[in-house]
Amino acid sequence: MALQSLDIKQRSATTTPSPSERQTVEVAKLIDTTRCIGCKACQVACMEWNDVRDEIGSVDGTYNNPTDLTSSSWTVMRFYEKENNSPFDLEWLIRKDGCMHCADPGCLKACPAPGAIVQYANGIVDFHQENCIGCGYCITGCPFNVPRISKKDSKAYKCTLCSDRVAVGMEPACVKTCPTGAIMFGSKEQMTEQAEHRIGELKGRGHGKAGLYDPAGVGGTHVMYVLKDADDPTQIGLPASPTISALVSVWKGFAKPLATLAMAGVALGSLFHYVTKGPNEVSKEIEDEIEKEDAQ
Amino acid sequence: MNMNRRQFFKVCSAGLGGSSIALMGFSPTAALAEVRTFKLARATETRNTCPYCSVACGVILYSMGDKAKNAKSRIIHIEGDPDNPVNRGSLCPKGAGLLDMVHSPKRLMHPEVREAGSSEWKRLSWDDALNRIAKLMKEDRDANFIAKNEAGGTVNRWMTMGLLASSASNNEGGYLTHKVFRNLGILSLDTQARI
Repeated sequence: MALQSLDIKQRSATTTPSPSERQTVEVAKLIDTTRCIGCKACQVACMEWNDVRDEIGSVDGTYNNPTDLTSSSWTVMRFYEKENNSPFDLEWLIRKDGCMHCADPGCLKACPAPGAIVQYANGIVDFHQENCIGCGYCITGCPFNVPRISKKDSKAYKCTLCSDRVAVGMEPACVKTCPTGAIMFGSKEQMTEQAEHRIGELKGRGHGKAGLYDPAGVGGTHVMYVLKDADDPTQIGLPASPTISALVSVWKGFAKPLATLAMAGVALGSLFHYVTKGPNEVSKEIEDEIEKEDAQ
Repeated sequence: MNMNRRQFFKVCSAGLGGSSIALMGFSPTAALAEVRTFKLARATETRNTCPYCSVACGVILYSMGDKAKNAKSRIIHIEGDPDNPVNRGSLCPKGAGLLDMVHSPKRLMHPEVREAGSSEWKRLSWDDALNRIAKLMKEDRDANFIAKNEAGGTVNRWMTMGLLASSASNNEGGYLTHKVFRNLGILSLDTQARI
């Protein structure tokens, strides 16, 4: 398992092909929202492992703490209060937010800095801050609004799925610490099976709408959710059918080669113009005229 | 810097040659991005028990250095012990943040005493602290020990002293705590570790 993360599948702003001969295990993290108790151990373990500490913020009236993802809070529990038919039928829904590690990552597509965003063969999408130019295009490209630019160094940060741990055969820090086993880790295949098993269990208990969140719009994700109400993921802040923003596809897919063509055209045109017409020369009469005007 | 004519030309031509090669596209490529190196590769592992609650989860303390004479260790990471049957690697948010408790500037590092009537904490050595506790305990026990109840039955109670024992005790530690302090006659004995 050790070598798999060293194989790079895709690299931002790079056209040379990546090694693709080795067939390695695709990994996935499965978050079972029906088992989560919102204890935030994952948040703490994430900060501890990644050596980041966020600044102490202020309470916004909810249990969200910190209130949003930041460049040093790579995962955040989000709490949702859902009122059902009667005012006594309340539901408290909790979701661990963070990078989804899309198979078709919008951030990587949008990134103009070579090698600042890479996708490993095991599915992890990782940011390499030393190559990051801090433009923030990854935020525009992300369908889940995950990356954040640091105020300290103006570079983008997000969950790495603990690529350093996974590379040596360990599970991510959040997965290991989770006291209720709501976060699981394994091969994508295993996790899909695990999810199906759990969904069957939930359906047996009367949660007919239980399902897996592994959106096809971004090619599937390497962080998947088991949802009690999979028919409406928006109630816990997940987009119903996430896709890469049309802006990114247009600029990077369609406009970029056109722009390159246009630039090459301008260069070629100028060359031809120079060869056929030669340099721009000012005739003697005009020069004299200007001199006369200046003298007056 | 001293440089003769010959050296000056050498440096100039080397610089010009290098930059021309780079311009023609032969620049060394940036090192390919790769995963961050695993920070615990050669760290020393020490097994321990989380100090917080009565669940007493197993933790592994990872410290810098290999215990060589001249290397000073420092705990750099703490995570759950997967071999501990209690928690099997998992930790709650407090346990997961143990590292910051270990290095907290507010952590109590040595025994302190606040004498009766004083408002200040005073540092004292472990020996002094233990002697002081023993002396005060003996005084109190001599004064308040109840050997027999009103009916004349032997009770050997020491009702003016209580003990809160460590939550991180294992079965054996708990057994000894119980044995020692029940022998002294203490009845108010409690611990989170469920002696």
